[in-house]
Amino acid sequence: MKLNISVPCLKSNLQRIRTFVIDVLREQHLSEVEVHSMVLAVDEVCANLMIHSNHCSPNHSIEVRISLKNKEKVVFDIIDKGSGFDIRKYPEPDLQDIIHMKKKGGVGLMLVRRIMDEIDFINKEDYNIVRLTKFLHSIG
Amino acid sequence: MVYIDTTKENDITTLKITGEVDASSSIQLDESLGAVVRQGDPKILIDCSGLNYISSAGLGVFMSYIDDIKTSNIKMTFFGLSEKVRSVFDILGLDQLLNIVTTKKEALSAINEA
Repeated sequence: MKLNISVPCLKSNLQRIRTFVIDVLREQHLSEVEVHSMVLAVDEVCANLMIHSNHCSPNHSIEVRISLKNKEKVVFDIIDKGSGFDIRKYPEPDLQDIIHMKKKGGVGLMLVRRIMDEIDFINKEDYNIVRLTKFLHSIG
Repeated sequence: MVYIDTTKENDITTLKITGEVDASSSIQLDESLGAVVRQGDPKILIDCSGLNYISSAGLGVFMSYIDDIKTSNIKMTFFGLSEKVRSVFDILGLDQLLNIVTTKKEALSAINEA
């Protein structure tokens, strides 16, 4: 089974990434809600990297690799060559502030933190990896 | 890809969302909901029975109108959410800030309450 996908940094490609993640996770006998939440977390990170680190440039690409470790955990590596955005350092905004300021963004990374068990940021010489880990026993 | 149909019956405006709302398509939701809120339609039903996916970009659109809806005395109720879509609202606690019910019948009775 193909366990990676690479697409140009266009928001219209988010749907292709989601379809890829669904296809891989569907084999793992997880519930629809479990699969959906992981798809959402990957989508949120990809959207953030496309927009903020790569300015939606079609000349930049983003890659998602999925590793399944003995049915114990799923690891998603999201790789890009953008400006490098350590999402762990992003301060969690207050929901009420977002509502009052009428901002239309800001809750994506909050979702990622609540869905995934571990979030790592790995800065290599010429690329960055956002690594999301979900322990399957913790689902539920 | 998302399709949004806006229909008006008596004093109730219904937005039926079909498809997927993500960072790419949330602008369409914003335009449709914004138009209805700006018109000051007093009762808005959000029909999510055809909504397959929503990311933070879509949630952000709904959140950005919460204050306007309160100050304009607009009633807005969601119905028809699948379990997976509902779970996204719940993760952030938006189920406490937005009026979400299961069926259209419940939505109509909620929105018609005095």
